[in-house]
Amino acid sequence: MGNPLPASRAAEAFPAGLRVLIVDDDATWLKILEKMLRKCSYQGRLLFAPTIARGGAALLLRVSSVLSVLDRDFVTTCSLATDALHILRERKARFDIVISDVNMPDMDGFKLLEHVGLEMDLPVIMMSIDGETSRVMKGVQHGACDYLLKPVRMKELRNIWQHVYRKKMQELKEVETHSIDEVINILRNGSEDDEDRHLTDETEMSFMRKRKDVDNKEFGDQELNDPSTVKKARVVWSVDLHQKFVNAVDQIGFDKVGPKKILDLMNVPGLTRENVASHLQKYRLYLSRLQKQNGGTCGGNMQSDHINKTIKGKFGLKSSTNMQQDWELTKYACTTENFRTHGIVANVAHVSEMNRVAPAQVIASKKGLVNGAQLGLFLSFKGMLPSIKEKACKPLHDERPVMQLMQYPEQENYSISEGYSCLANPDQDHEPCFDHLPSSQPLVTLATCTNGKDMKDLYEMKPLQPAMPPMACMIDSVSIQVKHGLVNLQDTGAICKLEGSPCIEDCYVDETCNQGCFPLTCEVSLKSKSDLDSMPEDLHLYSVQKLGCLENVSCSGPEIYQYIDSVPASEVQSINWCEGSEPSGEYLYDPVDYSLIDEYLFA
Amino acid sequence: MALHFSSAHPISALHPLLCFFLHDTYPEMEYASGLQRQLASMKKNLFDQGYLDEQFYQLEELQDESSPNFVEEVVTLFFRDSSRLVANIDQALQKYPQDFRRLDNFMHQLKGSASSIGAAKMKNECTSFREFCNKENREGCLRSFQKVKKEHAVLKQKLENYFQLLKQVGPVDKATHSGN
Repeated sequence: MGNPLPASRAAEAFPAGLRVLIVDDDATWLKILEKMLRKCSYQGRLLFAPTIARGGAALLLRVSSVLSVLDRDFVTTCSLATDALHILRERKARFDIVISDVNMPDMDGFKLLEHVGLEMDLPVIMMSIDGETSRVMKGVQHGACDYLLKPVRMKELRNIWQHVYRKKMQELKEVETHSIDEVINILRNGSEDDEDRHLTDETEMSFMRKRKDVDNKEFGDQELNDPSTVKKARVVWSVDLHQKFVNAVDQIGFDKVGPKKILDLMNVPGLTRENVASHLQKYRLYLSRLQKQNGGTCGGNMQSDHINKTIKGKFGLKSSTNMQQDWELTKYACTTENFRTHGIVANVAHVSEMNRVAPAQVIASKKGLVNGAQLGLFLSFKGMLPSIKEKACKPLHDERPVMQLMQYPEQENYSISEGYSCLANPDQDHEPCFDHLPSSQPLVTLATCTNGKDMKDLYEMKPLQPAMPPMACMIDSVSIQVKHGLVNLQDTGAICKLEGSPCIEDCYVDETCNQGCFPLTCEVSLKSKSDLDSMPEDLHLYSVQKLGCLENVSCSGPEIYQYIDSVPASEVQSINWCEGSEPSGEYLYDPVDYSLIDEYLFA
Repeated sequence: MALHFSSAHPISALHPLLCFFLHDTYPEMEYASGLQRQLASMKKNLFDQGYLDEQFYQLEELQDESSPNFVEEVVTLFFRDSSRLVANIDQALQKYPQDFRRLDNFMHQLKGSASSIGAAKMKNECTSFREFCNKENREGCLRSFQKVKKEHAVLKQKLENYFQLLKQVGPVDKATHSGN
């Protein structure tokens, strides 16, 4: 892989050669943007989407006249989104990013961007003369990663590479590779650019190395021998593939769906669980958006309601103590400067059947703030609620949903009492656990456990997207994206706060792929309630992804609280949930991650 | 003696002196410098009177050796497209009952186009047209559209003059050499 370039040189070289596709119906703008792309040293392609209203000869004349002023090598013409997608697919054109006008007469810009995002997994930027909040919101909802106002300035165009880079970072996290070489393969496959590689090397070296260390220590050859993880080329979701995917989902039943099931049903060689998982995420987003459109207004409350409905009361975890935890969602709101945050607290409840997935989600709580009988799942999110208009206007990378999720594995055969007692008596038992954590250390304690499922099922938890069909479910497996933020639980009184701080840049989560146990990844430090009352305007977001599934966890309580101090960013954390398990894994904390978090509960 | 006059570069500081010394021998230069001044003031007027805005400067900055007539090409393209669009809107306005949504879409396009070259006055008129459209005020739309058309025509004329002058002033070395 070569030595990474010095940062400055890499930074200069990096965005050059970025492959940009611009879609617009305005020939004048196409010409201007083409020139701008050249000036940025980007490799641009233009898609001219003229109105076909008049059709026929007039259209041809228009098109040819436009083509005469643009560089023929770099411009394609098509008027409909479907055609555009077809062209993109057909050419297997490798683009890094797509910039599309929103208001094209015959091509639905929003539809185009959604499909491009879904199928081709490219970052899409919307463009328009119209900067109205509703329009920007719509763009966001359709998955746009940025929104440019016309007239577009050179400096804005110069910055678009950040979206490509961010997406790559995301992909890295999604990918379940544990070898540094595999990660590099992904980078290579994702981008032919030398510069890209160098820059990503630069910044990812550190945690990649750690990843590797973790792997070497914990994994042995298991992961590497798995052929599906060896080379992860970027999967292009063609129409056929997507159709297979949709069929599989329909067959399984949307509320019971999980990547592993889908993967099995689809039976496509070379397709990995991760591909399916990330595609599933997008698909859900897409559907929820559709549903939102059909469902009318959607306020912040409604979203919480949705989640309330879907999660409520279906989960239970029996504890061997007399503590009954039920899944409940408690809505709470934390008001801060300009927005409302709605939070959801879900309490772990009893899962009746052991051979179903039992989500063990327990939230550690701080002493004095926790109602001992209840452990909860805290989610707090902000910014993505439609009611929060001011925030929605901002560029996406400033606005993050915030979710804090703490989980705790529990199984019937799991001796809960110790664990719970630890929590239940926070005064005594909790203290030692969290004592050593300086309050400024944000850590997230997460674990999920599942059962009867292949370990490879991973999902992402997202709290925001409503329109989930009622889930009669147990959590199969949940991969949590933990965002830094404030969680304020009025009811249970447990408050966890993640401070944005680079020190949790590298937190590792344990994931195993074959057996067992996936312990937590990081812990959340608990602060006193007063500290958390105000949400900082700027929250760094850390995403913790891909918690694995646990099967038949049979750890004893105290082990749950075994964790490694995550304070120094460079340290690997692993938590041993299960005896004999070999957990390892990692969470990457991405401070600029903008992805949404939904909460999914699956059967 | 060859002097390079780059377009829109006032050389007013140098000019009077040159003028004084070279008046008799190089009348072309005086002519050229006069044109230069004319060009500069024309441009200044366009901005001061609000016909053009910042975006026009951006276009000028994009112009370079690889595309030396970039600004003019863009402007030409704009007027070609926008004239067609204006004609469409005219037609659409004749129709009864009025399809305000369609009108709004047209105007949105026109506004977007106008923003590409920095046609400020025209853009503003487009905005007020859209406001009338939202209120479904047909009379207002008709009146507003007349203004849009007017601004469009005025700007077109002004820019045509500007570019013509620019052509004359631009390759000045031709003018200075030919007479010698």
